[in-house]
Amino acid sequence: MKFCMLITVIFFGALPFAALAQDTQDVKTAVERGKLIFEQNCLACHQADGSGVPHLAPPLIKGTFVGGDKEKVIGIVLHGLENVEIKGEYYANPMPSFDYLSDQEIADVLSFVRTSFSNEASEITSEEVTKARADTKTK
Amino acid sequence: MIILAASAALLWGFHKETSEGTSLRLPSGFSAEVFADGLGEARHLVVSPQGNVFVKLGKLKDGKGIILLQDVNRDGKAEKESGFGTFEGTGIAIGNDYLYASSDEQVYRYALDGKGNVKDPDSPELIVTGLINRHQHAAKAITLDTRGHLYVNIGAYSNACQERDRTKGSPGMKPCPILDSAGGIWQFNAAKRNQSYGDGKRYVTGLRNVVGLDWNEELNQLFVTQHGRDQLFQLFPDLYDAKQSAELPSETLYAVKEGDDCGWPYIYYDHIQKKKILAPEYGGDGKKTGGEKAIDPAVGFPGHLAPNALLFYTGKMFPAKYRNGAFIAFHGSWNRAPEIQKGYFVAFVPFKNGKPAGEWEVFADNFAGKENLKSPGEAEHRPCGLAQGPDGALYVADDVKGTIYKITYTK
Repeated sequence: MKFCMLITVIFFGALPFAALAQDTQDVKTAVERGKLIFEQNCLACHQADGSGVPHLAPPLIKGTFVGGDKEKVIGIVLHGLENVEIKGEYYANPMPSFDYLSDQEIADVLSFVRTSFSNEASEITSEEVTKARADTKTK
Repeated sequence: MIILAASAALLWGFHKETSEGTSLRLPSGFSAEVFADGLGEARHLVVSPQGNVFVKLGKLKDGKGIILLQDVNRDGKAEKESGFGTFEGTGIAIGNDYLYASSDEQVYRYALDGKGNVKDPDSPELIVTGLINRHQHAAKAITLDTRGHLYVNIGAYSNACQERDRTKGSPGMKPCPILDSAGGIWQFNAAKRNQSYGDGKRYVTGLRNVVGLDWNEELNQLFVTQHGRDQLFQLFPDLYDAKQSAELPSETLYAVKEGDDCGWPYIYYDHIQKKKILAPEYGGDGKKTGGEKAIDPAVGFPGHLAPNALLFYTGKMFPAKYRNGAFIAFHGSWNRAPEIQKGYFVAFVPFKNGKPAGEWEVFADNFAGKENLKSPGEAEHRPCGLAQGPDGALYVADDVKGTIYKITYTK
């Protein structure tokens, strides 16, 4: 009986852990991929520590848009952003469109940014980017 | 011997003490003091012949955009601070008993009295209006010549005149339509009201963004410092690596004459190859040259250092080597990332017979207050403005905290 219980614990108890481990691994991979995409496309203006450039490019640290609505932040990467007030400041350099990145790449880079620089937002999936891209096309 | 040692120690102590108030490193014999502090975004500044220091603010302080600093007891620090002008901006200059100051669209002037005070601070004359401001490179830096002309930088609202600004894969526009109304220096009548594009003329074209400019009275010629284009590596990773992109293109000092073209956006200057290189947006590969009609710079500096102020030194306080040479305030880079950032210093370019003579050198260093900056947000101070006092002292404005430094020399 005791043996049976042990089996049960191992069997059922381990399941959620296995799922969690799998999950963490996926996120880690997405975030790792996202970090590389960030370095190639975003770091120049937003800087390695996400602090941005005073007056020119906004910080991503505890970012208003970064940690906010998923559709909005995906839209910023797809279409760029210009002349918008962020926490009482205007930034002179326009952010270009990164629509040449794939849905997976945009999802990865946003997952990286939303879990870095003191941001604690949820990751973004490539399906969500696909949907946002399609939505703007039909608009 | 003992007396010598003691006096040397005293001198050293004194020197150390005077520089301790600031983080600056200076050549031997020079010292820096904080003349004023806490002005916020102190951009350019100018000193009247009587010693009144006028500072132009990029952000209003207590509702004022120009700050007057006065060192009443002549102890090297300002005791009196007052403000006027309700517009933000960068440019400020003095000529013919007038103080000129700019917003990002306009240039105003205020009549000065015999004591170097503004006669009517509440009603300036509007000299130039309607200049293009699309946020990027919007600062309208100004200077005056000795023949009644006002020179205004109108920066290009673009990085490299691509169809879609700063967008990978977007081609360069040819001809670049921005150059009609920006990307150059415009000349206006310094005494005529309400001028706009139609009243002035495009004096020099092909300049992406000039924040430092000064009229060289020895040569009767305008000199300008250009901010070179950004993001070679990010936009063209197949042609440039991150290290090349940190170093290139050059930041440039030009001696210009009416009608000159400095080549932006079609070319950039490469101080390593000492050549004008075709921009990759226009078919360049980092090696192909171009811009046969564009002038060469007088000096090419490492990339992205951001030369925000230029001043030809005509004073007598500093040693002879500095006379008629050029001081340049380098605001400091951001586009060298992921490499270490550079700049955040005032450089000196020695001149002889109207031409740069010898290598440029760092004159006042460590405005940032720390080494090996990864990002510009870490800098405690960033030099943005330069001015010469009637005694020959050099004033430097910082636009992070609004510290005004006074640099003096003692034999």
